[in-house]
Amino acid sequence: MNILLEHETPATDLDQMEIVYQRPDALTDLATHYCPGCSHGVIHHLIAEVIDELGIRSHTIGVAPVGCAVFAYKYFNLDSCEAAHGRAPAMATGIKRVLPDHIVFTYQGDGDLASIGGNEILHAALRGERITVIFVNNAVYGMTGGQMAPTTLAGMKTTSSPAGRNPLTQGYPLHLTEMLATMPGVAYAVRRSMHSVAETRKTKKAIRHAFTAQQQGLGLSIVEILAACPTNWHVEPADALDYIRDRMLPEYPVGDFKVSEGLGDRRLGD
Amino acid sequence: MTRELWKGNEALAEAAIRAGVDAFFGYPITPQTELLEYMARRMPELGRTFLQAESEIAAINMVYGAACTGVRAMTSSSSPGISLMQEGFSYIAGSEAPCVVVDIMRGGPGLGNIQPGQADYFQITRSAGHGDFHPLVLAPATVQEAVDLAYISFDLAFRYRTLVLLAGDGALGQMMEPVEMPPMRTPDATQPDWALTGAKGRPPRTITSLYLDADELASVNARLQEKLKTIAAAEQRWECFMTDDADLLVVAFGTVARIAKSAVRAARAAGVRAGLFRPISLWPYPAPVLDGLVDQVQGVLVAEMNAGQMLEDVRAIVRGRTPIRFLGRTGGVIPMPDEITNELTHMTRVNHRTNGAGMKRDVE
Amino acid sequence: METSIIISGFGGQGALFAGQLLAYAAMESGKEVTWIPSYGPEMRGGTAHCTVVIGDEPVGSPLVRNPDCVVAMNLPSVDKYEPLLKTQGRLIYDSTLVRRSLRRTDIAGVAIPAHDIATRCGSQRLVNVAMLGALLTLCPLVDLAAVEQALHTHLPARHAALLRPNIVALHAGAAYVKALAETQITARG
Repeated sequence: MNILLEHETPATDLDQMEIVYQRPDALTDLATHYCPGCSHGVIHHLIAEVIDELGIRSHTIGVAPVGCAVFAYKYFNLDSCEAAHGRAPAMATGIKRVLPDHIVFTYQGDGDLASIGGNEILHAALRGERITVIFVNNAVYGMTGGQMAPTTLAGMKTTSSPAGRNPLTQGYPLHLTEMLATMPGVAYAVRRSMHSVAETRKTKKAIRHAFTAQQQGLGLSIVEILAACPTNWHVEPADALDYIRDRMLPEYPVGDFKVSEGLGDRRLGD
Repeated sequence: MTRELWKGNEALAEAAIRAGVDAFFGYPITPQTELLEYMARRMPELGRTFLQAESEIAAINMVYGAACTGVRAMTSSSSPGISLMQEGFSYIAGSEAPCVVVDIMRGGPGLGNIQPGQADYFQITRSAGHGDFHPLVLAPATVQEAVDLAYISFDLAFRYRTLVLLAGDGALGQMMEPVEMPPMRTPDATQPDWALTGAKGRPPRTITSLYLDADELASVNARLQEKLKTIAAAEQRWECFMTDDADLLVVAFGTVARIAKSAVRAARAAGVRAGLFRPISLWPYPAPVLDGLVDQVQGVLVAEMNAGQMLEDVRAIVRGRTPIRFLGRTGGVIPMPDEITNELTHMTRVNHRTNGAGMKRDVE
Repeated sequence: METSIIISGFGGQGALFAGQLLAYAAMESGKEVTWIPSYGPEMRGGTAHCTVVIGDEPVGSPLVRNPDCVVAMNLPSVDKYEPLLKTQGRLIYDSTLVRRSLRRTDIAGVAIPAHDIATRCGSQRLVNVAMLGALLTLCPLVDLAAVEQALHTHLPARHAALLRPNIVALHAGAAYVKALAETQITARG
């Protein structure tokens, strides 16, 4: 097969090409295990780009959750560990307290953070731990197959709420980030979304703000990210983005719930 | 060295400090709270990390996180809190993060009470969480021994990358005794080659207990089991008291063992040749030594502040060669020396019949 | 040779501290000793007691069923420990609070008006130390000087003003028992 098609670039020319895009240093070259249309891979990428841009990879420690992102530590090219379900903020506290000059972040889903780990995130925030929390909210337990989470929308059908979530018996959707924003120990609490390119860019900026807040020692920073789970929502990947926009956003509006006065780097805008 | 009067809980804390503990995370619970309070005062004075966690669950996970960075991390609690920590123990075992945990046992089950107990024996020696593992469990009987064991606990934890559990009870935690404190040690500053310190100039490191591939997890487990075998062979600790010519052997650990010492002395004064075998390491259990004593005695009395937990280990070692009698006290009731002496006297008269209600029984 | 002492009273009367003073003094006198408290809710105002065992060899059991000596600072303590004392055991009780006479005749009971003594020494809070002075006169386990030293070293700094009164109360309790003994000798003679 030595026929060179017109639109293909000869291999010999690669060396002369300008690199305009490449895998961030903070990511390994492993292919992720995520489903088609899942937001996790892109969010990993955003975090890695921010870590590269801030030049903090060699003193950053990541804490992976239990959930779909359980293998996040395989994808981030930095020191990392795997927490028990929901305990990432406690583990990150332990790390940050003995390595205060390091950057420590947790990566957690909504079941991990808002349900089983509710107490750990609440008290890490209460203490104003200088850690960054990336909170991926796709409104379901993904890894176990789409059960109801505290963030599941009212009426939303899941495998454990087959008739649709009834708030009167199964509770209302939890707005955890807004809750944390009320706490003095929290420096930065915002919600972003992954449903469009523009929103994805804003998500990256928010992640950058969150890490910057940690660098400045301002307190706990959290970015909640509305993410797609086409598999458990039973929709096509492209439709999942519309689902975020049309179903998730009305319940979970994007916005800045708390931005510490002291946070620099504000010129990056939202 | 000078002797000072120390309360058990505070002595444990000071010994850990002198052993070089870098970080303490804990949660209040009677009867261990003085340990936490002592750490709250002393650790900041020394520029070390102290943090009161929101729960025992959080405390053990903070210890886990700190331990992942290669520092000497510890927590302490009492039975109900130890139950909550089991999740963390399992992760710590699976990912081989070295750390030290103190359990000042109290009466159970449930909320039980705050009086001394030894009913965590199964919980802490068998597995202390899901999966196959054993913490290295050391059970001091005196405040001095608590200090001495706490002083070496981090060495053991780091040598084997294991969880070391110091198992006392409310009596040990609350009592005061003269102690010679060991000197303040400057811990080895070299960082272990597995510690998470930031991937500067080296490939990234990962600490995890997750291995989705069955063969991979099986091989990890095989390695962990090999390590446990090494610990089992190298770390057995025990005390034999007046066993050389003993006809009857008391087997007891911790506070009950020191009470049994008084009972053995009293029995000897009454003409009963009794001796005491005291396991100091509850896991690994010093089975060979006990095994060697069994053939020389006419009976074994197991005394515990539980309904018969170490008894299971003793039975497996005795294997029916000699009668076993059991004296158990639960609910925070501490057996008095005369109760143990009475049992010994009784055993010299009738070895094979039971004479009492409640927890006294002839086992086999 | 081991001697066991139980000191018992209402929470806040200083039974535990009196026991600690005794333990410190015993240790400084080169003896083996254990001190173990009752602990928990009773610390907050109920009855509190501690057991001190003093010996020449390392102490086995820190707890005893039948103590050699009991210092009872209130009636419930007398009710509880009078039946438990060893034969020929010593029971020292505060006659200001305990109005009944002892039932056993095979023990040595000594009633001392500890509240009155303490009040004369400056504070009702000195009852514990006055009774300790009485105990150590009846059973010379350690020298009073060793208890004085323990007071110097271990009385919390916030109570520094009470150091002198404590020492006075210790000796006043001792003197009361001494005088009592002399009276009895005189009476017998």
